[in-house]
Amino acid sequence: MNRFMPRALLTPAVATLFLWMIVPLVMTIYFSFVRYNLMQPGALDFIGLANYEYFVTDPDFAPAVVNTLVLLGSVIAITIVLGVGLALLVDAPFPGRAVVRVLLISPFFVMPTVNALLWKHMMMNPIYGVFAQVSRTFGLTPIDWLADYPLLSVILMVAWQWLPFSCLIMITSLQSMDREQIEAARMDGANLPQQFWFLHLPHLARPIAVVIMIEMIFLLSVFAEIFTTTGGGPGNASTNIAFLIFKQALMGFDVGVASAGALFAVLLANIAAVFLIRMIGKNLDR
Amino acid sequence: MSARTLHVIRACTAWLATLVLFFPLFWLCLTAFKTELQAISVPPLLLFTPTLENFALVQDRSNYLLYAWNSIVTSFGSTALGLLIAAPAAYSMAFFRAPGTRGLLMWMLSTKMMPAVGALVPVYVLAQLSGLLDTRIALTVIFAMSNLPIMVWMLYSYLKDIPREILEAARMDGAGIWGEARHVVLPLGLGGLSSTALLCLVLSWNEAFWSLNLTSAKAGTLAALIASYSSPEGLFWAKLSAASVLAIGPIVVLGWFSQKQLVQGLTFGAVK
Amino acid sequence: MPFLQLLGVEKSFGVQRAIKGIDLSVEKGEFVVFVGPSGCGKSTLLRLIAGLESIDKGRLMLDGRDITDLASSKRDLAMVFQSYALYPHMTVADNMSFSLRLANVDAATIREKVDRAAAILNLGPYLQRRPGELSGGQRQRVAIGRAIVRAPKVFLFDEPLSNLDAALRGQTRIEIAKLHRELGATTIYVTHDQVEAMTLADRVVVLRDGAIEQVGSPLELYDRPANRFVAQFIGTPQMNIVAAAALPALQTLGSRAGPTLPSDGFIGIRPEGLQVKPAGGGAIPARVELIESLGADTLIYTDAGDGLQMVARQSQRTALHPGDKVGLEVDAAAMHCFDREGKALRAGG
Repeated sequence: MNRFMPRALLTPAVATLFLWMIVPLVMTIYFSFVRYNLMQPGALDFIGLANYEYFVTDPDFAPAVVNTLVLLGSVIAITIVLGVGLALLVDAPFPGRAVVRVLLISPFFVMPTVNALLWKHMMMNPIYGVFAQVSRTFGLTPIDWLADYPLLSVILMVAWQWLPFSCLIMITSLQSMDREQIEAARMDGANLPQQFWFLHLPHLARPIAVVIMIEMIFLLSVFAEIFTTTGGGPGNASTNIAFLIFKQALMGFDVGVASAGALFAVLLANIAAVFLIRMIGKNLDR
Repeated sequence: MSARTLHVIRACTAWLATLVLFFPLFWLCLTAFKTELQAISVPPLLLFTPTLENFALVQDRSNYLLYAWNSIVTSFGSTALGLLIAAPAAYSMAFFRAPGTRGLLMWMLSTKMMPAVGALVPVYVLAQLSGLLDTRIALTVIFAMSNLPIMVWMLYSYLKDIPREILEAARMDGAGIWGEARHVVLPLGLGGLSSTALLCLVLSWNEAFWSLNLTSAKAGTLAALIASYSSPEGLFWAKLSAASVLAIGPIVVLGWFSQKQLVQGLTFGAVK
Repeated sequence: MPFLQLLGVEKSFGVQRAIKGIDLSVEKGEFVVFVGPSGCGKSTLLRLIAGLESIDKGRLMLDGRDITDLASSKRDLAMVFQSYALYPHMTVADNMSFSLRLANVDAATIREKVDRAAAILNLGPYLQRRPGELSGGQRQRVAIGRAIVRAPKVFLFDEPLSNLDAALRGQTRIEIAKLHRELGATTIYVTHDQVEAMTLADRVVVLRDGAIEQVGSPLELYDRPANRFVAQFIGTPQMNIVAAAALPALQTLGSRAGPTLPSDGFIGIRPEGLQVKPAGGGAIPARVELIESLGADTLIYTDAGDGLQMVARQSQRTALHPGDKVGLEVDAAAMHCFDREGKALRAGG
C-alpha cells in the first residue's frame, strides 16, 4: 500500500500531461513530412522535407523571424527597464502606495483581445484616438499607428500588458532585500546611483533573468493582439512566427507546412526553456 | 537636495507614472458610460452624464450572455478539472518524495513552456475529426491541460510548506494517512488550494489563443466575442467599451487579490 | 524486565551511518536523557523509538512487545517536538484532545482528561485560544499537555527547551522535573544542554557519532567519566586536560594517587580541584590570564607555560589581577587519568 499509493496519485497528472505533450508532437512531426491540405482530404503523401523547405523559403518566413525577434527584444527591454524603474520608485512607502500597486498591476489581467482593441480604437485611432487628440493639441499631425508602424504598435500593446508582470516581480524581489546593507552603504558614503549600481542591481540580477526567460517563452506565441488588430499586416510587417503558422494552417489550410513551422517554433522555445529549467531547478529544493 | 524633497519627487513620479499607465483602462471604463457620439467626440470628453444604455445594447446586439456563460463554464470547469488531476499529484510529490520527484516536476513545468501554436495544428485536426470543434468541452479540457503544470507546481509548493513536524505530531497522535490528510493537510492547505484555483480561473478566463481558433458561434468565450468587434460596423466604441468592461471587470478585480499567487505561479517559483 | 529496550539498533542514511549499534535498557518510570554534541544521533535515536524513522537493524521492545516494525500511531508513545508542532488551525483544547478524538473516546472523558492536564499545566484560561495567540512558553506547555492527555507508555521530548529564552528555560526545566515526580511516567529526553541533563535525569546517556560513550547517573558521569570525551562534555567550565608529558610534576602525584600513569597519557582535573596559591607554592607555576567573577563563584584562567591553559574555580572572591604569578595546587584525590586513547584509568587497573 505504501509504495503503490504515491504512484497511483501521480498517474492521472502524468498520463494526461504526457498525452497532451506526445500526441500533438507526434502528429505534428508526422504532418510535417506529408502533404495535407484541409481543403483536400484524402491520402496523405509522404513528401520528405518539402514542407520544411517551403516554410523556410516562404517570402514571409525571414521577415516573420525578424519580427518575432524584434518583438521579443523590444518588449523585454521595455518591460525590464521600466519594470525596474517603477519598482525602485515604489520601493519606499508613500501615501497611497497600496493603491498605486493595485493600479499598476491591472493591465496584466486584461484579456489580450480587449487589450488589442482598446489600443486599436481608443488610443491609436488616427482620428478619434487619444494619441491623435493629444498630438493635435500640440499642433502635430496624428500618426496612423497601425498602418504606419504596425510592429511598433503591437510592441506597445504587448509591453503595456506585460509591464505589470515585470514590475510585480521586481517589487517582490526588492522587498526581500536587506535594508541594513543599504544603510551600511550610505554610511560608507555611497550616493543613490552608486547604491543602485552596486547593491540594487546585483540583487535584481536574478529576477531580471527570470523575467527575461519567462517573457521569452510566452512572447514567442504572441497571437491574439496581431490577430485582432493588424492581421499580420500591412503585408507581413507585423507577422511573427506564431501568426505565420496560423496563416498557413487555418487560412492557407496547409497543415503540412504549418506543422513544419510549428516544429521550428517549438525548437526556439526549447532553447529558452532549457535555461529557465536550470534556473528553476536550483530553486526547487528550497 | 534634501532627502525630504527627494522623497516627494519620488512619490509624485510614482503617482504620475501609475496614472499614465492606468489611463487606457480608465478611459475604457469612462467610454463605456458614454453615448456613441460622446465616445468619438473631438476633443475627448471628460465630463458628461453617464448612461447605462451600452450595457443593455451589448446583450441585444451580440448575445453577450451566451459568451459570458461560455467563459464561466470553461473557466470554472477547467479549474475544477485541473484541481482534480493536480491535487493528488501534488500531494504525492510533497509527502511521498522520491528521487525522481524533482525531475518529474521539472518535466511537468517544461510542458508549459512549449508554445501553444506548436500544438495548434494537431489539436485543430483532432477536434475537427472528433466533432469537438466549437464545443465547450474541448475548450475546458484544453484549458485544464494548459494550466495543469502551473497548478501542480503551486499546490506542491503550498503543501510542501506545511511543517513536517505537524504531520509527525498527527501521526504520533494516532492518525493514519487519511487522518493526516483530513485533519491537517486539508485545513492547512485550503489557502493554497484557493490561491491556485484563483490563478487558474484568471488564466482560463483570459485565454485567447484557443478560443479564437477553435470556436465560432456556439462555444466562443468572451475573448472571442470581443475579437469579433474588431471588424468595424460603424460607430460602436461605447458598446465595445461596455462589452470590454463587462468582460474584464471581474477578472481584474480578482487579479488584485491574487498578486502573490501570480508571482509564484508564473515564475515557477524562481522568485521568492 | 526493562520497560523499553533497544537491542543492537542501527540506522543509516544512505552511506552515512547515523546510529551504530545501540543497546540500551530503560526501566519503568525512569527519566533518561540523551545528550551529546550536534550530529551525535540523539534526535535520530529518539525518532527511531517514536517510529518516525525506520530501524535498519536491531530490535525495539516496549513493555514486552516487539514494536520495531509498528507504525508510530500504534506505539502508544507521545512526543513533544522541538518546535512544538501544534495544529495551528485548532484551539488549545482541540490540540490536546486530538488523539482522543481520533480514538473515538466519548466527549465527557475527553473533557475530563483535557481539564485535568490543563489544570496541571495552568492552561485553563487558554483552552479556547489558537496557538498563534500564545507565547512561546504557553505553546510549549500545550505541547506537553497534548502528550500528558494521552497517558502514553513513554514520553519523548526532543530538545523542548531550546526555543525558549534563558529565564523561561530555567523555570520550565523545574516544571518538567516536578511533572515527572507527580506523574512518574517513563521519559526519554533529548538535549544538547548538559545542565538539563544533570538536573533532570535519573540516568544520562552520552552519545557521540551514533554510539554510546557512557550511561550512568549524572553524578556518576561527573565523578567517574569513562573517557576523556565524557569528562570534557560534562561540567562547566570544562575539565582541564593536560598531557602527562607536559607537566612531569603531576606524574609523581599520579603514581601516588592511583594507577601508574603512562607517560603518553592524560591527566584531568576539574576546575574545583585546582587551588590557586601565591607564586612559589603549589605544584604548577602559572600566570593569571583572566578573572571571571560570577558572584557566587570566581573562575581564574591561568597560563601554565607553553600555552597550556588551566582554569581554577573557587567560591571566595580574589584580589588577583591578570599578569600575576601564581602556583596551582592539585588535589590528588580529584585527579582523573586517561590513557593515550582517552579511556579512563581507575585505581586497581
